[in-house]
Amino acid sequence: MSLRNTVRSFPTLLRIGVSEAVAYRAELFIWILATTMPLVMMVLWSTVAREAPVGRFNEQGFVVYFLSAFIVRQLTGNWTAWQMNFDVRQGTLAMRLLRPVHPIATYAAEILAAVPLRILVALPVAAIMLVAGGKGLVPRDPAVWGLWAISIAFAWLIAFFINCAIGALSFFLESSLKVMDAYLALWFVFSGYTIPVELFPWGLKRVADLLPFRFALGLPIELMTGAHDRAHALGLVATQALYVLGTAILALGLWSRGTRRFAAYGG
Amino acid sequence: MRRYLRLLAIQLRASTLLAMQYRFDFFIDGLLSLFWTVTALMPLLVVFGRGARASIAGWSFGEALMVTGWFTLLQGVIEGVVSPSLTNVVEHVRKGTLDFVLIKPADAQFLVSTARFLPWRVTNLISALAIFGYGFHLLGRWPSPLHVGQALLLALCATATLYSLWIVTVSAAFYVVKVDNLTYLFSAVFDAARWPKEVFRGFLSALFTFVIPLALMTTYPARALLGSLEPSTLALSLGLAALFAVLSRRIWLLSIGKYTSASS
Repeated sequence: MSLRNTVRSFPTLLRIGVSEAVAYRAELFIWILATTMPLVMMVLWSTVAREAPVGRFNEQGFVVYFLSAFIVRQLTGNWTAWQMNFDVRQGTLAMRLLRPVHPIATYAAEILAAVPLRILVALPVAAIMLVAGGKGLVPRDPAVWGLWAISIAFAWLIAFFINCAIGALSFFLESSLKVMDAYLALWFVFSGYTIPVELFPWGLKRVADLLPFRFALGLPIELMTGAHDRAHALGLVATQALYVLGTAILALGLWSRGTRRFAAYGG
Repeated sequence: MRRYLRLLAIQLRASTLLAMQYRFDFFIDGLLSLFWTVTALMPLLVVFGRGARASIAGWSFGEALMVTGWFTLLQGVIEGVVSPSLTNVVEHVRKGTLDFVLIKPADAQFLVSTARFLPWRVTNLISALAIFGYGFHLLGRWPSPLHVGQALLLALCATATLYSLWIVTVSAAFYVVKVDNLTYLFSAVFDAARWPKEVFRGFLSALFTFVIPLALMTTYPARALLGSLEPSTLALSLGLAALFAVLSRRIWLLSIGKYTSASS
């Protein structure tokens, strides 16, 4: 299970993953349809903003925000926690452990492989966003776009490691799906998925700033809707890097302790 | 008929026993459902909290809470009564174990629809009642028995429609086999029912009134509770519910005809 093996096999794992995603494209398409919640929230919030703007958002502002939320969600969506729960309960994890590749890398490849098809869906939405919102509502500074790209990668990593950490809890709890449920409930509120975090009353906003949820989704949305200037954005992305590190340590720690307990039932 | 009632009682008892066996889950689920209810209220609190917005699309905070209340209640019905049984059908079709249901001397749709209940979803009912109570407290008045009766009738229509939509969704399993995630899609769409129908305009408004009648599920019962429901809307809801029920039964019978069992 050397690092060299893992790195060498990663392109192949990705290729297999992409073929699988294409083979089950109908299923993937339904998953994408199931993440249309930002579009409903968009309609709701723009109705609210029709009478008077809310914070920095007018009607158009909300359209751009929630279309961005949809795009970022497509790029950073993650379901490793469910997959890991399934593998632990059914014993199929044994297969992953047998391969000379780190299992966490195989999980990562499966998620990454779905990204190309998801980009295909996200691109037209991005086009609509530009037409609907006009150029005035997206940042013009190329440096901010550079930071945006980094923050997307970081958001993906945070979501992935949190999924791995919760998934690895199934080694200790039989099933950690309930934990995932609780995580999702918080995520819906504090990530910026249904409400822009900046609209929270002050106290709640402080809470949202300290929790990882915003860094797993909200930050890239804020960057692509021009909420922060260059310097401020840099600071936030640096904080995000700390979250990547923290969640990675947590996930890998739980994983290595958990696999020692793995009993491979089922068969 | 009496035989089916007895069967229902047996299935209910089995589910309750199963639920009692996992008492710890009961508390966790209760807590989680409370948690979800609170998070479901968050957008509403933020919308009405900022800038002291008095009403949105003609709904005041207290009135909008009625819609949230019905949403919470129906969510409990879906997650406690409808979906636990019906998600199993997809599994049955894929594995071929639907054979065991079909050979039993009772209607297959009845059997698969009552196979499993989650009694602890009663927590949603309690949350919903609390939301109604708070909403009416804010409005400073209470509903008349007539309006409560109308609302309950509409809630029955809503449940029938929801169930019918689920049956149609599940019937798709006979054609495309791998549709576990259709059920996720269903709950994602249902999530829009959290908001009064008036929030949506144009295409979405028509979609949510006629194709996926979310308006019928939460907005109309809320209006009935508030005493502002027109009799014609009540008639429309009854008609739609009946139509969906008949259609879904036809689709189920048609789909089950396609069932070919699976190997081994």
